[in-house]
Amino acid sequence: MNNLDLAKTANEVRKGIVTAVHSAKAGHPGGSLSCADLMTYLYFEEMNIDPKDPQKADRDRFVLSKGHCAPALYSALAQRGYFPVEELTTLRKLGSHLQGHPCMQHTPGVDMSSGSLGQGISVAVGMALSAKLSNDSYRVYTLLGDGELAEGQVWEASMFAGHKHLDNLVVIVDNNGLQIDGKIEDVCNPYPIDKKFEAFNFHVINIDAHDFDQIRAAFAEAKETKGMPTAIIMKSIKGKGVSFMENQAGWHGKAPNDEQYEIAMEDLKKVGEALCQK
Amino acid sequence: MSEVEKIATRASYGNALVELGNEKDDLVVLTADLAAATMTGVFAKAHPDKHINCGIAESNMTCIAAGLAATGKVPFASSFAMFSAGRAFEQVRNSIGYPHLNVKIGATHAGVSVGEDGASHQCNEDIALMRTIPGMVIINPADDVEARAAVRAAYEYVGPVYMRFGRAAVPVFNDEKTYKFEMGKGIVLREGKDVSIIATGITVPASIEAAEMLAKDGIDAEVINIHTIKPLDEELILKTAKKTGKVVTAEEHSIIGGLGSAVCDVLSEKLPTPVFKIGMRDVFGESGTAAQLLHKYLLDAEGIYDQVKKFVK
Repeated sequence: MNNLDLAKTANEVRKGIVTAVHSAKAGHPGGSLSCADLMTYLYFEEMNIDPKDPQKADRDRFVLSKGHCAPALYSALAQRGYFPVEELTTLRKLGSHLQGHPCMQHTPGVDMSSGSLGQGISVAVGMALSAKLSNDSYRVYTLLGDGELAEGQVWEASMFAGHKHLDNLVVIVDNNGLQIDGKIEDVCNPYPIDKKFEAFNFHVINIDAHDFDQIRAAFAEAKETKGMPTAIIMKSIKGKGVSFMENQAGWHGKAPNDEQYEIAMEDLKKVGEALCQK
Repeated sequence: MSEVEKIATRASYGNALVELGNEKDDLVVLTADLAAATMTGVFAKAHPDKHINCGIAESNMTCIAAGLAATGKVPFASSFAMFSAGRAFEQVRNSIGYPHLNVKIGATHAGVSVGEDGASHQCNEDIALMRTIPGMVIINPADDVEARAAVRAAYEYVGPVYMRFGRAAVPVFNDEKTYKFEMGKGIVLREGKDVSIIATGITVPASIEAAEMLAKDGIDAEVINIHTIKPLDEELILKTAKKTGKVVTAEEHSIIGGLGSAVCDVLSEKLPTPVFKIGMRDVFGESGTAAQLLHKYLLDAEGIYDQVKKFVK
């Protein structure tokens, strides 16, 4: 898929996120929107997957370690054809297969249940180790929030991944700079993020989370990297694409009301129209 | 029981894994820098390619096991009960229990019989913690024969299993030739009509001995070995309670949340029966030899005998 089509698809993923969270009247739009381009790239370009066969043995795996951004995962899966886009409006509702945080037993395409921060990266490490043990070729991807880096288990997992030379593992950090209580550097400063992963024996790549050329180049570089895992630190905009949500910590875990929903969808419609002019 | 051979169930765990490793390609054994103590060191020697040392990071090990299980392996994650169930509780709950992944947790050094290391390492809370996780199987074997059979049964079962092993050498009272392990099924070791002693783990042989002492006083005790605490053999518990009308539970664990609580949960709902719970009575342990501690906390044959006698009177 070319960059323009990826951008168009990502815009649709964003519409799905906003619609799902609005319908649920709860959820996490900010961090879902900041990783929408990445999710689109993973599910439409990078990963070896088949929506018709979500359990195929040799598929690449994805673990959403920042599980609260489930709307981004669900919206990408729906766009990719794992289930109808219309089902996004059932998010967080009783009886829905779209739980508040990812549940592998309920949702087709979800490789691991997550939501408790710091655990997903360890599970991804276990999956990557599993592939190494049985000489399987699949690769494993996991997405973390930058606030999540305060969880000690992230560094237990990283130490182990570096130690075991898991070059089939890509850890992506969504560095939108904001967490529930404010700026990450004010709450518990994780910077420098890149140097930390370097110190844990990762190959580290810094990119702009909203530039598909950079995303594409980073994943190509990760594939070529042998003998060590890769960490992609992507500088992103929390709430990206929705004017009043951008760079606002307040939109970490809050749903738009009806009026705000209209504005948000109008914003995204304009983005879509601009892309169609290209 | 002085002539009986004694083996620690943690050794049984390691030995059973070595055997399974010879047969099963999907078996992986994990440890967190406790290969020697959890007896997975023997497995590491026999199957170095299937043994993963995660370093001192039990939370990470627990989730790595989840990742291995999610991709088709059958991981046995090994540490001390304090860390397997205690430190990593939330990892077990959210990354193994909630997605119902096929992870086997081998927790050694359970209870006060850990001995000299003291209370920080004597886990008397693990059964209580694990019981609260939906779908978790909990097995607490009483001797070497039962422990090795349990490890094999845990492998064959698809789903999360918590296995509890001890540090101290304990008498081998089961006969390898006739013993049959059935997950979720208790075993009547001695028939009796006056009181039921429902025991698990290290207190099982002690309860048999106590029953023999009670017999001399004219008290006919039934002794039941509950190796699987979850799912609990409710049928057998109701049957024995109906028969004797008095139930004593015995476990090397807190009386809060363990076997005693599990038995009371069943009886209070289905057949209210007087119950006395033998176990750690809401206290921490301390340093000492295993025998000294089991004696002090009334978990040896003498302690069980005294408490049952008082209860029956």
